[in-house]
Amino acid sequence: MDERIAKVSIVVSKGSLEGVYPALIMANGARAEGMEANLFFTFFGLDVINAKRIEHVKVAAVGNPGLHMASLLGVLPGMSAIATRMMERRMEENDIPGLPEFIELVADAGCGLYGCRASADMFGFTEADFVPQVKAIITVGEFYALSAGGQIIFT
Amino acid sequence: MTTQTLAGVSVERDAEGFLTDPSLWSEAMAVAIAAEEGIALTERHWEVVRFMRHAYETTGAGPNVRLLAKTSGVPVKELYALFPRGPAKTAAKIAGIPKPHGCI
Repeated sequence: MDERIAKVSIVVSKGSLEGVYPALIMANGARAEGMEANLFFTFFGLDVINAKRIEHVKVAAVGNPGLHMASLLGVLPGMSAIATRMMERRMEENDIPGLPEFIELVADAGCGLYGCRASADMFGFTEADFVPQVKAIITVGEFYALSAGGQIIFT
Repeated sequence: MTTQTLAGVSVERDAEGFLTDPSLWSEAMAVAIAAEEGIALTERHWEVVRFMRHAYETTGAGPNVRLLAKTSGVPVKELYALFPRGPAKTAAKIAGIPKPHGCI
């Protein structure tokens, strides 16, 4: 029996740098393996496909034990920007693309990018607010239809 | 691991179909492997396959999709149109080199 995964649909619900990279890496990797891949951006995940916000997605400095610093420091002004700069430098050293390039890469690779209808309505976004790689704003029902026969991953 | 005859030469292939010994590769073999993948090699396919082969011979590894697009000059979109089942992976297989590593 062939047990390989042929299709993945990944839900991106977080608007932090560490929340979105794993989803993009997994979607891109799925396409590289010849699998079908979809990305569904919901809630704060919409920031990643928002043309005005994509360049400003940051690492969470508060409530993030992964930063290995005292929790109190996280609330200092600019701490999130510093943590983000450090992370971006490390990513550049390791040849990991920045968010706008990464979104272009996964879209060019044939991964379907979709915004969540309920979240877009709630935040007052329309298709005009999103980067051109977004195919459509779809409902949860349409997302399930699109994901039929594959695996769904929530991040 | 399976042993089979490809283009008149007995070769060993791993579970995913990659040649275990890249030195046994020939262009005739590339045509046979491409056919298994449902691909009839055009000149543009050959450009990518030869590029993969050359990258392996000079650096010891074939590039991943992003690096392949950057260094070969063939855009990501076109790479996927040429090799729908994954450009770096499929082109590496056809070029008789190991599967490219790396996550991005």
